[in-house]
Amino acid sequence: MSKNLIEVENLSIGYYNKGGKLVHVLKNVSLSIKPGETLGLVGESGCGKSTLGQAMMGYLRLGSQVMEGSILFSGKDMFGLSTRDLESIRGNKIALIPQNAGEALTPTMRVGKQIIETLELKTNVSGAATKNRMIELLGQVRLPHPEVMAERYPHELSGGQQQRVVVAMALAGQPDMLVLDEPTTGLDVTTQAHILELLRDIVAELGTAMMYISHDLGVIARVSDRVALMYAGEIVEDASAAEIFKSPAHPYARGLLASIPRLELAGIPNSMPGQPPIPGSLPGCSFTPRCPFATEICSSEPPELKMILQTPHLVRCHNWEKVVATDFSQELKDVYHIVEHKAQDVSAIELSDVEITYHQPNMIDRLRRTPEPPATVSDITLDIKRGETLALVGESGSGKSTIVRTISGLLPAKSGVIQFENCDLTVNVDKRTMDLCKKVQLIFQNPDASLNPRHTVAEIIDQPLKLYFPKMTRDERRARQIELLERVRLDGRYRLRYPGQMSGGEKQRVAIARAFAAEPDVVLCDEVTSALDVSVQAAVLDLLADLQQERNTTYIFIAHDLAVVRAIADRVAVLYQGRLCEVGTVDEIYSPPYHPYTETLMGAVLVPDPDTEPKLLASDTPELAPPAKGCAFQRRCPKFINDLCDEVTPPWQYPQDEDGHKIRCHIPINELLVV
Amino acid sequence: MIVLIARRFILALITLLLISIIIFLGVEALPGDAADAYLGQSATPESLRALREEFGLDTPAHQRYLNWLGDMLKGDLGDSMARRKPVSEVIGNQFRNTVVLAAAAAIVGIPLAIVLGVFAGLTRDKWPDILVSLVAILGMTLPGFVTATVLIYVFSIRLEWFPAIAMVPTDAPVIEILPNIFLPIITLTFIMVAHILRLVRTNMIEVLVSNYVQMARLKGVPAMRIVFLHALPNAMLPSINVIALTLAWLLGGVAIIETVFNYPGIGKLLINAIGDRDLALVQGIAIILAGIYIGVNLIADLLALVLNPRLRTSRGH
Ligand SMILES: Nc1ncnc2c1ncn2[C@@H]1O[C@H](COP(=O)(O)OP(=O)(O)OP(=O)(O)O)[C@@H](O)[C@H]1O
Ligand code: SF4
Ligand code: SF4
Ligand SMILES: [Mg+2]
Repeated sequence: MSKNLIEVENLSIGYYNKGGKLVHVLKNVSLSIKPGETLGLVGESGCGKSTLGQAMMGYLRLGSQVMEGSILFSGKDMFGLSTRDLESIRGNKIALIPQNAGEALTPTMRVGKQIIETLELKTNVSGAATKNRMIELLGQVRLPHPEVMAERYPHELSGGQQQRVVVAMALAGQPDMLVLDEPTTGLDVTTQAHILELLRDIVAELGTAMMYISHDLGVIARVSDRVALMYAGEIVEDASAAEIFKSPAHPYARGLLASIPRLELAGIPNSMPGQPPIPGSLPGCSFTPRCPFATEICSSEPPELKMILQTPHLVRCHNWEKVVATDFSQELKDVYHIVEHKAQDVSAIELSDVEITYHQPNMIDRLRRTPEPPATVSDITLDIKRGETLALVGESGSGKSTIVRTISGLLPAKSGVIQFENCDLTVNVDKRTMDLCKKVQLIFQNPDASLNPRHTVAEIIDQPLKLYFPKMTRDERRARQIELLERVRLDGRYRLRYPGQMSGGEKQRVAIARAFAAEPDVVLCDEVTSALDVSVQAAVLDLLADLQQERNTTYIFIAHDLAVVRAIADRVAVLYQGRLCEVGTVDEIYSPPYHPYTETLMGAVLVPDPDTEPKLLASDTPELAPPAKGCAFQRRCPKFINDLCDEVTPPWQYPQDEDGHKIRCHIPINELLVV
Repeated sequence: MIVLIARRFILALITLLLISIIIFLGVEALPGDAADAYLGQSATPESLRALREEFGLDTPAHQRYLNWLGDMLKGDLGDSMARRKPVSEVIGNQFRNTVVLAAAAAIVGIPLAIVLGVFAGLTRDKWPDILVSLVAILGMTLPGFVTATVLIYVFSIRLEWFPAIAMVPTDAPVIEILPNIFLPIITLTFIMVAHILRLVRTNMIEVLVSNYVQMARLKGVPAMRIVFLHALPNAMLPSINVIALTLAWLLGGVAIIETVFNYPGIGKLLINAIGDRDLALVQGIAIILAGIYIGVNLIADLLALVLNPRLRTSRGH
């Protein structure tokens, strides 16, 4: 057994809250990483992952302090080092790749310069060689045209490119270890898959160790040799990736894995009730309130992290033997449930030839008669039935939100018709009748941005009630508020809370309750679960499905996560650069024949199974504008034929009949069937 | 980029034109006219008419505005009636004196404010910050003449280091003026530093907790380098425009300081001109001050444009 590169020993970190009480963030955390090994660290939001990652770099958040324990990196105590020594280890021996690369790059410095800074400070490359090395590094992270990119400022790069620059910057000092804190969260699936493959290759080549922090089990499965699972500031399970995904021994691991929607399974997964407590606030096991295996001893005695079986598999649970004895794969199969609902054969919303553009020609353009750039969204024809869930999928920039904003009246359409009942929805929201506004409601991705932090939950839900049901009395409204909160499974007590006093999942439920207060016929959901933990996501999906069943509501559901779409949608429309590529029922979309773009998206999905590899078909170069003619996907298509794709808009092809599944591509259907 | 600069320029010119109209109308709205003011008690209808003819006061207002504007473009600000001299001649040296005073204060004050602001930001909530911030708040809240009086009391009456008044001949060479105006410079600097420092401190604190500064720290960049290369440029960007405003204000507000110290600058001249109802002179000074105000802001805009890559580069999105 080789020596450990980093050893975290019995580490507790905490801070004193306003009342002067000690609050733990990490509690007796012990783990180690060997040279060249990748440890994945998973857990729900707020469980202390980032705190541990930063501590490994000898960094504490303002106000936090080490209560107990130590971190030894190559034998050196990270919290015993002088500032000088820390500065010299950071970037040189251990480097960080943070979550939001856009915010981690200094806005006033060219990106090449920022890499050169690391080179000058951390290596003995000097003079002209520095620049060459910088270009080489940018090439190594597969940025196109490194010389050009180096001269750019951070804001001139796309999210994926910024993340690559940060990777290059971390590699510049040739560290022995990388700490990665959610480096791909917020990126497109395709970009994410590319960056992960890149990291895997580089690490394999250079022998760098990694501590990879993520809440996404698919990502963790792809990169990790070993996985540590964190719950409420404690490590609750630590085992090889294969073992933790195939036979998890901690109830929390099982719960998390069972709450992930799967690409290959229809239906909504189980949600895990509740949320993590403050570390150390419960006398026994922190997981007791949420644990299906809990017994009496659990609420009084905290379990130890102990080795089970012969393999190096650590678990913190009193009843692990019982847990291991239940067959996990069987259990998994049982949890996915399909919520039956009946889409009627009546159109709810009909879009015909809708075209939307953000381009507003100014005086000079008009005088010069500059040709207009291709519209952001074009040629959208979709018929959405009452009670149906239609999902819009595609990478960022594919126009999903644009379409939804137009339907909701926030953005005008350039041409085309959106038929809803007897009106045309292409009119602006302030020209709509009250009744129309009431019938079409929108829920946003980020509840923090859409809920007023100074209003209580009651006030938030009261607004649509007052607006759309002016005849309701005060008491009626109050009763309705409570009823709505119950529908989204929030206790009536939540009425008096402010958004700041709730978790992300709870806030999203309030946003849903507010939308349903209007008793809408159509609800537009824009990435409503992407900011949530998987355990909460499943609950929100369940809730949406239930509400739909009850009121026969029509959903237009935007998501970039194809597994989530599979779980909730009836039909799917795949968009690329504002153009439809494929439309069909879930079953049709998730099996061949695929449109080349759909196939690319599916291939990039990371599944929570360490034995499955993603298939990277197309490059992840972002495009700023759709091409003027031909197929929208021409520049990245892995199956590109020839000039035909460049010149001629591909025809719709119908594998079965004209009302069903359709694919827009020049390649004949029978060839697309071959994957 | 060029389009941007051109647009700012045009905007500045339009603003200046509007201000000239406002100034003209403002003076026009005062009861009586220049001839009344000049002749005062001794006015007879005949002498008034003669004087009005002499100065073209009997033509319609818009005509006079256009004449005034046309003359101004040629560099002719009209004639001061009270002083019986061209306005430009009257303003000449006094304007220079004010510029000397303001420039000296700015040269000392701006760097000092930035250094102190950064220092306070770095030592946030510790005693150096508290001390600096306290003094700054004093400088911001005390009226200019109070500050001046206190400084006079301390430095010239108690310590007898500097003269209490800055009575220099209007046309004295700069070298001779400088030793006499230490106190006004200190007063102005003090007030200016107080304003700018508070702002730099706030921006610095904001930037210091940003992700990119944390990242630089975790990249192992030495602390000093972080401050100067990563934090300061980003803290300065939002400060530039406010510094410009402070500078412009400095030129206007200088009147009080000049009067307290009896310094022959444009501010004092303006106050005298108002007292004399020397309307042409008031108009001339007002338009010059407005021009400087707009000019300084224009420079700040351009500087921000040059320093901020987001504004400068239109490439990308
Ligand atoms: N100095 C501090 N003052 C107040 N709260 C703190 C402090 N340090 C950590 N916390 C809290 O401790 C908890 C753990 O934080 P941490 O950022 O490590 O979580 P995480 O697992 O990385 O979460 P996420 O997945 O959302 O990034 C959070 O609730 C955080 O707000
Ligand atoms: S110790 Fe008890 S409560 Fe905790 S995870 Fe194990 S069974 Fe569940
Ligand atoms: S039409 Fe051509 S470019 Fe477009 S998806 Fe089909 S093969 Fe690819
Ligand atoms: Mg985190």
